[in-house]
Amino acid sequence: MRQAFCDGLLRQQDRHDFVFLTGDLGFRALEPLREALGSRFINAGVAEQNMVSVAAGLARQGLRPWVYSIAPFVFARPFEQIRNDICLHGLPVVLVGNGGGYGYGVMGSTHHALEDYGVLLTLSGMEVFIPAFDDDLGSVIPLLFAAGHPSYLRLGLGEQPRSWAPPPFAPWRKLTTGNGGTIIAVGPLAGSLWGRCAELSESERPNLWCLGQLPLPQLTEELLRDLARSPRLVIAEEHVAQGSAGHALAMKLIGSRIAAGVLRHVTALGYPSGRYGSQKFHRAECGLDPDSLLAALTDEASV
Amino acid sequence: MLQLSLPGSETMEMQRRAVLARRRLLQMHFESGVGHIGGNLSCLDILLAIHHEVLSGSDQFILSKGHAAGALYVALWSAGRLCDDDLKQFHRDATLLSGHPPARGIDGIPFATGSLGHGVGLSAGLALGQRFLGQDGRVLCLTSDGEWNEGSTWESLIFARHHELNNLVVIVDENGLQGFGTTAEVADLSLLSDKFRAFDLMTLEVDGHDQAALTEALQTRPSGGPLMIVARTIKGCGVSFMENRLEWHYLPMNAEQYDRACQDIGEP
Repeated sequence: MRQAFCDGLLRQQDRHDFVFLTGDLGFRALEPLREALGSRFINAGVAEQNMVSVAAGLARQGLRPWVYSIAPFVFARPFEQIRNDICLHGLPVVLVGNGGGYGYGVMGSTHHALEDYGVLLTLSGMEVFIPAFDDDLGSVIPLLFAAGHPSYLRLGLGEQPRSWAPPPFAPWRKLTTGNGGTIIAVGPLAGSLWGRCAELSESERPNLWCLGQLPLPQLTEELLRDLARSPRLVIAEEHVAQGSAGHALAMKLIGSRIAAGVLRHVTALGYPSGRYGSQKFHRAECGLDPDSLLAALTDEASV
Repeated sequence: MLQLSLPGSETMEMQRRAVLARRRLLQMHFESGVGHIGGNLSCLDILLAIHHEVLSGSDQFILSKGHAAGALYVALWSAGRLCDDDLKQFHRDATLLSGHPPARGIDGIPFATGSLGHGVGLSAGLALGQRFLGQDGRVLCLTSDGEWNEGSTWESLIFARHHELNNLVVIVDENGLQGFGTTAEVADLSLLSDKFRAFDLMTLEVDGHDQAALTEALQTRPSGGPLMIVARTIKGCGVSFMENRLEWHYLPMNAEQYDRACQDIGEP
C-alpha cells in the first residue's frame, strides 16, 4: 500500500501548504515524494516526539503537515505530543502509520500496532481512515487533506482478488452478498476474506462488509437490513478488543435497539503462543484468518 | 525593597514596569490561592522584556514552562493585551486563564503548554513554518532549566540546529531549582550553556532580571541555528523570604506573607 500512498501524495505535490515529515523511514518507497517535494519533505530523524510537535507548529502556521512512520512509532512514542500539541488545538495534522496490526509480522511485537486506532480515537476530534485496498488511497488522501482536523491513516497490505475491482472507498462497503450471515471486517482484513467468501455458494456466502473509517460511521440501510436478517454477526479486526470498532458497533446496536444476530467479535489477542511469525501466522493464532472467520459464522461453540 | 540595577532614564520605565507587574502577579496569586509563585517571579522580567521590547509583527512566543502561566498573563496585562478583569478570572471556574496556558481563546498564546518538553519542538515547527511562508518574524520560546531533563528538548534542539532555524530564540530560565531539588542535585547539566555551545550554537548568558540586558541579547541575530540565551535568575526574585526556596515552587501565600511580599517589592 506504500506505493499507492506515495503515488497518491505525488498528485498533491503542487499544494504549497503540503509538508511531509518522516521519522527516518520510507526507504524504497518514498524517494519519489522526497524528490518531488524538495525542502517540504523533511526527514525529522529518529525523534518522533519532536516530529509531532514540529508538525503541530507547522499546522498552526496554516500548513498541512503529514507525519509518517511505522504504525507503532507514530502513535505510541509521541502520544502526549499528539494529545497536547495536535488534538487539544484541533490542528489538521495527518498521522500515517504503516503496517497497522501485525503488518510487520516476524519483525516482532515492538513493531506491531494492535492498539493504534483505539488509543487515538480517545482523543478529541481524531478521525481514523483504514483503507482496505491500494486503490482506496486515491480517494482517501484527498479526504484527509479536506478533513481540517487531526486524523490517522492506518496503512496495511492491500489484498485484492485479481478478478474483481473493489468498489470505491466508502466508510461502509459491501463486498459480497449471500445468505450465510454477516461479517464486518475492518480495513485490509476484508480484502483477505473477499476471495474466500466469493467462492462459496449463495446459501453459505456471508454478506461481507468492509469498515474503513472511525469513529463508527452511520449504519447504512442495507447494512441494517443485513444485520436484521442474519442469525450471526462476526466483527473482525486486527486490533485488540479494548477501544475497538467492534465495541463501538455493539454499543451502537444496543443503544439504538437495532435488531442483529448473535455477535462474535474476533480481535487481535497479542501473542497467544509466545511465538512470532508472519502477519498470516498471527492472524491465524487469533482466529482472524479466512477459514476461522467463516467458521465463526456457524460454529455454535464459538458463540 | 526590590532593587533592579537599571541605570538611565529608559530603564527607569522598565524598573517601574517590573515593580507594577510583580505586585499584580502577587495579588493575582494571593487572591486565587495559587502557588507556583517562585517560578513565576524568576521569569517575569524575561517575559516583560519579550512582550514590551522584543515581539513585533509576525513574531510569536511560546511559554514552554507552562507553570509560569501567571507571569505570562501578567506580562500580557502589562503590555495591554489582557485587562484587569481578565486577571481576576485567574484560576476561577469558567476561566480562560487556567493554571497553565490554555489551548484557545487568548491572543498571544498559540499553544497550551504545561507538560514540559513540548515548547522547543512547537517553536521549531512555527519557525520552520515562517520560513516556508516567507515570513520574516521570529519565534521565541522560554523554557525552565529543569525542563532540559526531558529528552524531547534535545530532540528539538538537534532538529533546530540541523535545519539552521536562525529565526528561533530559546531562552532558559536558569533559576537552579526544579520540582523536588536543585538542578544540580536532580540531574546535573551544568553548565547548560556549554552543552548548547557543543551544538555549535550561539549562546549568550545574561542576568535574567536585567530587562535592558535581556532586550539587547534577544535582539541578537544568530547564524547557523537558533539563538540560545541562558538567563540567570533567582527563583522568587524580589521577595526576600521566597528567593531560592524550593517550597515556593508550590506554596500559596497567606495574608501575612502576601503583605510582607508586597513590602519587599515596594511601590513603583
